[in-house]
Amino acid sequence: MKIGVKVMPRAEVLDTQGRAVENTLRQNGKKLNACQVGRYVVLDLPGSDEASAMASAKEMADFVLHNPLIETYELERL
Amino acid sequence: MSQVGVLRFPGTNCDRDVFEALEAKGRNPEWVWHADQFDSRCFDALFLPGGFSYGDYLRSGALAARAPAMKSVREAADRGVPVLGICNGFQILCEAGLLPGALVRNRGLRFIDDWVSLRLTNPNAAFDRRASAGARARLPIAHADGRFVVSDDDLKRLQDQGQIWWQYEDNPNGAAGDIAGVMNEKKNVAALMPHPERAMYDWMGGTDGEGFFE
Repeated sequence: MKIGVKVMPRAEVLDTQGRAVENTLRQNGKKLNACQVGRYVVLDLPGSDEASAMASAKEMADFVLHNPLIETYELERL
Repeated sequence: MSQVGVLRFPGTNCDRDVFEALEAKGRNPEWVWHADQFDSRCFDALFLPGGFSYGDYLRSGALAARAPAMKSVREAADRGVPVLGICNGFQILCEAGLLPGALVRNRGLRFIDDWVSLRLTNPNAAFDRRASAGARARLPIAHADGRFVVSDDDLKRLQDQGQIWWQYEDNPNGAAGDIAGVMNEKKNVAALMPHPERAMYDWMGGTDGEGFFE
């Protein structure tokens, strides 16, 4: 079963990558209020039970995929 | 005296080396700032040095390729002005669509800092006087995203149209077709991953880079 982990920088942390992309978009005439850049991790997990897959994805997200001081994450079943 | 432009983006770090290599060969280099467009008729050649422009944010070279100065580089390239990209400059030219393919993380996942042996596949008169295919050169590489990728069809086209410039003799990064350097169809835009500006004098470890700046 595949679980997607969307990791985004916390709003209060300066998102340098998002800011750089935002500036490039603006310089090229694109209209936008803001741009954030995060990362998306796809976990292919054994078993077919969604609840246990979500639990192990959460365990992995907490273990290494995100840093709670500077990032938040969301899980979704794919 | 004819002028050559050396581009600077935030995070370019081989700019001074390239500038001095050009001066050493009697060229007349001038800085080109990323935020400024310029008259594409001002320069006889343009150099995009290596580095980590915009911190490699999004993808290596992706943001630099869309900077204002690149609009002028594109105009110059369209007019036939020789444009040379080195390392990050290669990545920028691919992202700008001025060269085919893309550069992704090395096969071994590690940053590689080493000297490599290269074979000249198709000569490029604008940036290297070595006229004969098969000539060898020894140059340093220093990159994490140096693996050239291109579709099989495009690779065949590059081979058929003589757009492969330099090939590695011992492929260090998994590049398709052992490609270390490519050219566009018109052959006026060329780029390579190795750093010729770091091989200008014996004390640097070799002089095979001289020809790129003459």
